[in-house]
Amino acid sequence: MTQLIKVWDIPGGVHPPENKAQSLIEPLTPLAIAPQLILPLNQHIGAPAKVLVEVGQQVLGGELLAEADGVFSAHVHAPTSGTVAAIVEHVVPHPSGMTDTCIILDTDGQDSWQPLDEAPDYQNLDKAALLARVRAAGIAGLGGAGFPTAVKLNPRANQPIDTLIINGTECEPYITADDILMQNRADEIIAGTQILSKLLGEPGRVVIGIEDNKPDAIATLREAAKDTRIEVVSFPTKYPSGGEKQLIQILTGREVPAGQIPASIGIVCQNVGTTAAVYRAVRFGEPLVKRITTVVGEALDTQRNVEVLLGTPIRFVLEQHGFNEKKASRLVMGGPMMGFSLPDTSVPLVKTTNCILAPTRKELPPPSPAQACIRCGMCAEACPADLLPQQLFWYAQSEDLEKLEAHNLFDCIECGACSFVCPSHIPLVQYYRAAKGEIRQHRIDKEKSDRSRRRFEFRKERIAKEEAEKEAKRLARKKAAEEAKKKLAEQKAATGDAKTAPAPAPADDEKQRAKLERIVAAAEDSLKQAQKPLEDATDEQREKQQARIKQADVKLKAAQDKLAALGAATSAEPAPTDKAAPAKAAADDPVSAAIERAKAKVAMSPEDKLRSSLESLYKRLAKAEDKAREAREQDSDKADALEQGVSKLKEKIASTQKELDELTPSNVAEPTPRDPSTSDTSGGATADAASNAIEKAKARAAAMSTMSAADKLRNQVDSLEARLEKSRARLSKAEAENDENIDAFKAGVEKLEVKLAATREQLAQQNEQA
Amino acid sequence: MFETIAQHPIASALIALIGLALVFGALLGYAAVRFKVEGDPLVEQIDTLLPQTQCGQCGYPGCKPYAQAIANGDAINKCPPGGQTTINELADLLDVEAPTLDEEHGEESEVPTVAFIREDECIGCTKCIQACPMDAILGAAKQMHTVIVDECTGCDLCVEPCPVDCIDMIPVASGIRDWSWELPAASHEQADLIATDTGRGHTQRKTGEAA
Amino acid sequence: MALTRITSPHTHRALGTGQVMRTVVMATLPGLAVLTYFFGVGTLHNVLLASAVCMGFEAAVMAVRGRPVLFYLRDCSALVTGVLLGLALPPYCPWWLVVVGSFCAIVLAKQLYGGMGFNPFNPAMVAYVILLISFPLQMSQWAAPSDIGGHTPGVLEALKQIWAGSSIDGYTAATPLDTVKQNSSLMLDSVYLQDPVLAAGSFAGAGWEWVNLAFLAGGAYLLYRRIFTWHAPVSMLAALALMAIIFYDGGSSNSGGSVLFHLFSGATMLGAFFIVTDPVSSAVSNRGRLIYGASIGVLIYVIRIWGNYPDAIAFAVLLMNFAAPFIDYYTVPRTYGHKKSQRATKKADL
Repeated sequence: MTQLIKVWDIPGGVHPPENKAQSLIEPLTPLAIAPQLILPLNQHIGAPAKVLVEVGQQVLGGELLAEADGVFSAHVHAPTSGTVAAIVEHVVPHPSGMTDTCIILDTDGQDSWQPLDEAPDYQNLDKAALLARVRAAGIAGLGGAGFPTAVKLNPRANQPIDTLIINGTECEPYITADDILMQNRADEIIAGTQILSKLLGEPGRVVIGIEDNKPDAIATLREAAKDTRIEVVSFPTKYPSGGEKQLIQILTGREVPAGQIPASIGIVCQNVGTTAAVYRAVRFGEPLVKRITTVVGEALDTQRNVEVLLGTPIRFVLEQHGFNEKKASRLVMGGPMMGFSLPDTSVPLVKTTNCILAPTRKELPPPSPAQACIRCGMCAEACPADLLPQQLFWYAQSEDLEKLEAHNLFDCIECGACSFVCPSHIPLVQYYRAAKGEIRQHRIDKEKSDRSRRRFEFRKERIAKEEAEKEAKRLARKKAAEEAKKKLAEQKAATGDAKTAPAPAPADDEKQRAKLERIVAAAEDSLKQAQKPLEDATDEQREKQQARIKQADVKLKAAQDKLAALGAATSAEPAPTDKAAPAKAAADDPVSAAIERAKAKVAMSPEDKLRSSLESLYKRLAKAEDKAREAREQDSDKADALEQGVSKLKEKIASTQKELDELTPSNVAEPTPRDPSTSDTSGGATADAASNAIEKAKARAAAMSTMSAADKLRNQVDSLEARLEKSRARLSKAEAENDENIDAFKAGVEKLEVKLAATREQLAQQNEQA
Repeated sequence: MFETIAQHPIASALIALIGLALVFGALLGYAAVRFKVEGDPLVEQIDTLLPQTQCGQCGYPGCKPYAQAIANGDAINKCPPGGQTTINELADLLDVEAPTLDEEHGEESEVPTVAFIREDECIGCTKCIQACPMDAILGAAKQMHTVIVDECTGCDLCVEPCPVDCIDMIPVASGIRDWSWELPAASHEQADLIATDTGRGHTQRKTGEAA
Repeated sequence: MALTRITSPHTHRALGTGQVMRTVVMATLPGLAVLTYFFGVGTLHNVLLASAVCMGFEAAVMAVRGRPVLFYLRDCSALVTGVLLGLALPPYCPWWLVVVGSFCAIVLAKQLYGGMGFNPFNPAMVAYVILLISFPLQMSQWAAPSDIGGHTPGVLEALKQIWAGSSIDGYTAATPLDTVKQNSSLMLDSVYLQDPVLAAGSFAGAGWEWVNLAFLAGGAYLLYRRIFTWHAPVSMLAALALMAIIFYDGGSSNSGGSVLFHLFSGATMLGAFFIVTDPVSSAVSNRGRLIYGASIGVLIYVIRIWGNYPDAIAFAVLLMNFAAPFIDYYTVPRTYGHKKSQRATKKADL
C-alpha cells in the first residue's frame, strides 16, 4: 500500500539507540496477581480522588474505591477482589520520591468481580452516555501524562474538532508497550478510535500516527482499518516525535499556540492504549484496572511486555522477571529520555507507567560530572521546540526568571534531547524543571503578596474610616441639634409643615459612594491582576484565570452600575426644598469639620468638655420640648416622635451629669478612651511594644539553641512563671480599671496555672530519669 | 538690525539670554504639567518587590512605609521575610550593590511559616485579632479564634499580644503537589566563578550558604 | 533498597567535550602536514611548543584556583587553543614569542574571564593580535615555501634560530597577501609575474593554496562529523567571495585580488573552519551564526584591502566577538507555538 499522505518534519530531534527489540521477543503475558496492591488516589493530572471505602471493607474486582473529585480527576477502581487493609501515606511513583495517600488492598486471589455493565449495542449510545461510560471507567491518558480522558473528549462548544489523532508513535527508546498492543489488539484500537470519533462529532480527519520502526504494528493496524475512514500514517523515526505537539506538527503541519491546548486549533490527541481502554470501557463496562507495561533492561533475566494490575508493587514485577539488584545502575519508571528514577522498589505501578527500566551500569552508565558549557549549540540543534537551551541554562543558573520567561522557558516540553546531546554532560532539563518550579512559586508568592497588600490597605482604610465615622457621628448629632434649631426658627417663620431636612441621607450617599468607589478600584485592580499573566499561563491556569477575569469583570460592572445609579440618584434628587442643598454641602466635608471640632475638643479639659456638652444638652432639651409642645398644639403626627426624642435627651443629660460628678471630685484629667489626643501616644506605645517583642523573641531564640531537655523544661517553667506573673499583674490592673476583658484575663491566668503545674511535673519526671 | 546689535552688544546679549530663558522656562513648565507623574512610581515599584508580610521587622509599620524609606535612602537589607531574593531584586531596581541581610532585623527563615492558634487554650480575648495586620484571624470576644491560613503572612505579630501564649508559628506544610525540582547541585566549577554579570545572583547564593 | 536517583534523560550521546576538542585537533593535522611540507619544521615546532605551554598554563591556573587539574585538562580546550596559536604564528619565530602568546591566550583571554565557556573572545586570536601589535617585526617574517627554491631550514638550524636567536639568512619571503598589499601601484598581472611566490602558484600563491586546501579538507571532515554547523564557515567564505567579486575589476592596480586568491591565501580556511567556528565566542543561534560569519567575511576583505594589516582574520574575528551578544539579541529563533520570535531584550511580565 503506497502512502500518499504528506507528513511534515519537526525541527531538531535526536536518534538515541532504540533498544526495542529485546522486549518484543516474548509475547504479551498477563502477570500474576500480587498479594498486596497499592493504589494511589492521584494517578492522573488534577485533583486526587475521594476515598469511598473503609479500612477492613471487602471489595470485589471493579468496585469503585475512590471517586473523581471534580471534573479534573478520575475514579480509582479495585483491580481485583480483596480487603482494604489500610488507607495510608505511601511512597508513590513521582520524581520527588515523596509519599501520597494510597489505598492498600490485600488481594484474596479469588479475583471475583462485580457484574459489569456491558453494552453490546454501544454503537447506538448517544454522546452523553458514551462520555459517562468513559468517565465511569476512570480512564486517564495512558501515554505518560495521565490527563483525565473524559475531559479531553468533551471540548468546549466553541472549539469544533476537525482532526482526531491517535498517538502510536512511542518514540522513547526501550518502550514497546504500545507496539505490542497495536500488534495484538488492533481491532480494539480501531473500535475505540471510532468511539472517540463519534464523541468528538466525527472530525474530518481521523489518523493514527506510527513511527516507521514498527512495521508489524503498521501492517496490523492498516489491515484492521481497511474498511474505515481511519488513516494509518507512518513517518520517520526520530525522538521526540511522539510528543503531542510534535506529532500534531508532523501529521498536520500546524502548531499548537503557546500556552493553549490542541483543542484550540481543532485537534484532539489520544494515546493508542487510552483508545483501547475507551473501547473496553464502553463495550464491556470495564474500568481501567490493568495496563500493558514494558519490563526491560539488562539487569533482568526476562525482558518482555506484561499486562499487569494497577497498584502492583514494582518489587513484585521485578521478582517475576529475575531482577539482579547488584547489576542495576538504577531503576527508571518510563523511558530513558523522560522517565524518572525510583527511590525504592516498593512503589506501585500506576495508570501512567508504560515502562519499567532496569538497566545495568554498562547499559546506562551513571552521568559524568558536568563540565562548563562551551556554547557549541548542539542543544539548539536538537531542540524540537526551537528554543535556545544554552541561553536558558545560563539564565537558569543565574536564576534570572524574567529572562527565562522571555526566552519561552514554558514552551520547553522537557523531552531531554538537549541533555542527551550535550557534550559537557550538563543536566539541562533539570535546570529547566527547577526554573519552572521557581517561576511558578514566584507567581504564587507574587499573587499572595498582592492580595496581602490589598488586605492590609483595606484594613488601614477601614480603621481610619471607623475613627472618622465615630467623629462624624458625634458631629452629626451636634449639627442635627443646630439644624433642628434653625429649622424650627424657619418653620416658625414660614409656618409651613416643612419636612425635617434629610441631613443624614446625603451623608449616607457620600459613604456609599466612597464604598462603591473602593469596590470599583479593587475590582479593576483584580481584573488587571488577572489579565496580566494570561500570556504564559498553562492551560489549566488559563481556565482558572479566565473565570477569575470574568468574575472580576462582572463585579466591576456591577459596582460601576451601582455607582452610576447612585450618581444619578443624587443628581436627580436635589432641590425639592432649598434646605437640602446647604445641608449636603456641609455634609460634603464632614471629616475636616470633624477634625476641627475634635481639635477644639482636645483643647478643652474633660471636665470642661462634659460641662459644655451638658449645657448644650440642656439647650437641646429645651428646644426639643418646645418643638414637641408646638407639634402637639398643631396636632402633628410627629409629636410622638419628638416626645420620644425629649425623653432620650433627658436620659443623656442624666448620664452626662453623673459622669461630670464622678470626674469633678477626683479632678484628674484622665482621658476618656475616645479622646483623640490619646491615639498618638497609644500608637507610639504599640510601636515600642512591637520592638520590645522583637527583642524578646530574639533573645529567646538565642537562649534556646544550646540546651538540654531538662534545661529546656526548666526554662519553660521559668518563662511560664514569668508569664503567670505578668498575667496576674494584668488581671489586677484590669480589675482596678474594671476592664471589660477581665474575664478573659482570669481565664488566662487559670490556664497558665494549669500549664505551669503540668510542666513542673514533667520537669520532675525528667529529673528523676536523670 | 545687525547694526543695532553690533552697537549694543551687552544689551542685545542680555535680551537674547532673557529670551532664551523665557522660552526654556515655558518649555520646562509645559513639560512639568504635561508629563506629570502621579504618585511616586519608585515607592510603588519598591513596594511591589517587598513581601507584604507587614511584619514591621524592618522597623517601619508595614511594607509601604519601608518602601517609602528605601526611596528616601534607607538601607535595603532590613527585610528578613523577603530575604536575599528581595534584597537582590531591590538592588537590581535601584542599581546598587546587593548587601547581605542585616541580622539586626532578624534572620531569613528557611521555610515559610503561618500562625496556628491552639484552640483549646484560646480564651477569646481578641488581642491577636487587633494585632493582625492582615485581618487573617477570625473570632469574637470570648469565642475561640482561628487563623485563615491562606491569608496569614507569617509575620508573628499576633504571638506577643496573646495573654496565654497559645499561638505558634508553624512551618507551612509542603507536600508532593507543590514539590518541584531543585537546581542541580553546583559542581565545583560553578562554585566560585570569577564574577560575571549573569552569574552574580548565583555566586552570591553559594557563598551565602557557605558562610 | 537505596537506589541512586538521577534526573532524566538517563541516556547520553557518547560524544563529550574532550572528544569534540580532540576531533578538532585531528582535523588540523592535514593543514599542519602541508605547512610542514612547504615551510619546514617551524610550524610543527610552534604547535608542539604552544600546546605544551598552553596546557602548562591551564594546569597552573587550575591549581591556583583550587580546581581538579586533570578534570579540566581532559576537556582539551587548552590543547586546541595551543594548536591554533601555533598554526597562526610564523614558523621559526623565537620561543619566547610562543610562550608570551600562550600566556596571553590562556591566562589573559581565557582564565581571567572565568575559564572555559566564559571567555568573550577567542583566546588564540587575542594572543595573536597582542603579539602582532607588540612584536610586529617577529610576527611578519614568514618563511618562503620550499617549492620556489626558498631555503628551508633543517631541524638543527631551526632549533638554533628558535632557541638561540641565531638568524638564518634568506629563508623569509613576503606572503602573497603582503605582496599584493605592498604593490598597490602595479597592475595585478605584473604583481603576479614579479613575485616568485605568486608566480609559482596555480591560483593563489605557491604553498599557500595547498595549505588552505588542506584546512578546507579538515573542516569538511568536522562538518561531516557534525562537530559544528555549516552556517558560520560557509557564510564567512561566501561573504568574502562576494566582496572579492564586487571589488575585482579585472586586475587593475586598485584591484584587491581575485576570488580564488582571497579564498585560498593567508589563514582564510584555517579561520573559516577552526576560528570562526569556536562556539564559545560566537553567536549562538544558526541565524545568528550566519550573520556572524558573513560579517567576519566582509570585515576580512575590508581589513585586507583597506586596512593596515594584510592578514585580517584575527581582527575580524575579535571585532565580531564584540558583536556576538548583540547578534544574539536579535536572532532568537521563533519558538514552537509562537507567531514570531521574541526579542531577547523583551522583559517578561512577572
